[in-house]
Amino acid sequence: MLLYILNMLVFGLGLYCLIAKRHIIKKIIGMVIIEYSVNLFLILVGYRINGIAPILSPGENPIVFSQVAVDPLPQALVLTSIVIGLGTLALMAAYSIKLYEKYRTFDMSEINRLKG
Amino acid sequence: MGNIAMPLTVAIPMLFAVLILVTGKFWRGVGSYLGPLAAFIILYLSFVLLGVKDTTYIMGGWIPPIGIVMVLDGLSKLMLIIINGIAFFSIIYAISYMSKYTAQFKFYALFLLMVAGMNGVVLSGDLFNLFVFLEIASLASYALVGFGVESEELEAGFKYLILGSVASIVILFAIAVVYNITGTVNMADVANTIGNPMLNKAVIFALGLFIFGFSLKAGLVPFHAWLPDAHPSAPAPVSAMLSGVLIKALGIYALIRVTFSVMGAPTEILSIIMWLGVVSTLVGVLLALGQYDLKRLLAYHSISQMGYVALGIGLGTPEGIAAGLFHMFNHATFKSLLFLDAGSFEQSTGTRDLRQMGGLMKKLPITSIGTLAGSVSISGLPPFNGFWSKILIIAAALASKQYLAAAIATFVAFGTLASFVKVMRFSLIGPLPKIYQNLKESPFSMTFSLLALSIICLISGLFYIFLMDSLFYPATNAILKQSAYISMVLGIGG
Repeated sequence: MLLYILNMLVFGLGLYCLIAKRHIIKKIIGMVIIEYSVNLFLILVGYRINGIAPILSPGENPIVFSQVAVDPLPQALVLTSIVIGLGTLALMAAYSIKLYEKYRTFDMSEINRLKG
Repeated sequence: MGNIAMPLTVAIPMLFAVLILVTGKFWRGVGSYLGPLAAFIILYLSFVLLGVKDTTYIMGGWIPPIGIVMVLDGLSKLMLIIINGIAFFSIIYAISYMSKYTAQFKFYALFLLMVAGMNGVVLSGDLFNLFVFLEIASLASYALVGFGVESEELEAGFKYLILGSVASIVILFAIAVVYNITGTVNMADVANTIGNPMLNKAVIFALGLFIFGFSLKAGLVPFHAWLPDAHPSAPAPVSAMLSGVLIKALGIYALIRVTFSVMGAPTEILSIIMWLGVVSTLVGVLLALGQYDLKRLLAYHSISQMGYVALGIGLGTPEGIAAGLFHMFNHATFKSLLFLDAGSFEQSTGTRDLRQMGGLMKKLPITSIGTLAGSVSISGLPPFNGFWSKILIIAAALASKQYLAAAIATFVAFGTLASFVKVMRFSLIGPLPKIYQNLKESPFSMTFSLLALSIICLISGLFYIFLMDSLFYPATNAILKQSAYISMVLGIGG
């Protein structure tokens, strides 16, 4: 339960930053915070207090090993998700540069030519 | 040729995308040869897969649920046909339409990446790969919306990028919650271990996150704010792909897969999907009625028509699901046809405003035939395909005693008709403005796609019973038989 509350706290912080701030760069930072809250959640799901690295050495009992090792799968998932997040971040940065060239502002409330 | 075609539908467009990017530096026109070639190959492969028995492809020899698995069932086959068919016609259309852009090889590379991502989404057998492919397709589409780098396109693209990324992250969060509960991300294994989803509060939470994320990707009301900006701003072939295929593959397909195959279709969730659909049909058509920007009007109709699909799926009966899938197929054909028509009008006349058009029937005959066929199909006049799917959805709603939903769906059908009578009145007939006296019909590659899609609209309306038997009932069976899905993937008696 603590896991969910902690995650929702960080997630809410990022969402607030994304919605309430008008500066494009601050919005992007909010986006990154949301992303990292979910990555943190995934890591904590697989974490075990005083756990060992999930590498099975020869002669070790697999059943005992599975009781003490941390779960390696979320770490692999988070690596992938960080790379995807990097791609999204790069695209957002490229967009913000192009938007600045066209509108001469980073204020999202002044970027409103689309209507209807 | 059987199993290996499944990973190839993802690998070939990716390979060609990289090839186009590498060689495009030296030869800018390379995309208009390699792009259609790749689209043709994957279209051929998806027809090959249509004839293959339902099967799985195990990546790297690791047996599921530990290894990664690709699953081919009736629903995936239907989605592959829709995605690759529309992609083929859009990319043929793009040969002429995109020739005015300077960096057109980048367009073809992004386009093929988007197709690869969508093929991956519909074939993937585990939730995390579904997320990865969904992000590949989404990232390519974010870049394509802003492809023209004009101020409106950038604004729409940025809005779409932010909202789309929030949806993607929420989907990842839902996958993390599911992993926390079950300890696996393989869809069949999750379905096997999760039990009754309505008894576990964390599963309900995950389902809510899934519905939020996928509904945003599908553009259902109240998550539709980005769609009427993003779809009209993109170049016409991309609009056709976004409205015709992307919202279905990333939104509706993924929603169906998670609610039916993974969670076992709890009735509460189905009624949420149904009412999301009903609200979308109504709001979409009401917002569309007042529009004079042709592409924006079409984008609002996408919201409305996706509502019909969600309504059919949400009924949960075999008739409703088959009708919803049929409408999804029809919407892919006529909405991409209409967006390509709008692009042809825009290229010839230089405007998307209906009030500045008029009398174009005389100058642009083939584009006008396409507009006519698309408008008649979407407004639901027989014998075009839109009529059959709408009447089947309404009949299925009546059969499930959802009288209010059926009444709203009927009302919306008339609203759609009114809206497209307006389109035809303003664009096709009436006096021809003086500045358009010297208009010429669009080049062959554009008119070819328009005519082909018009013919598909007519044929699939005339032979709908044959299509129902060969495509939509197998897909419905695949959706409803959860135990068959589990036993096929895990190789155990279900």
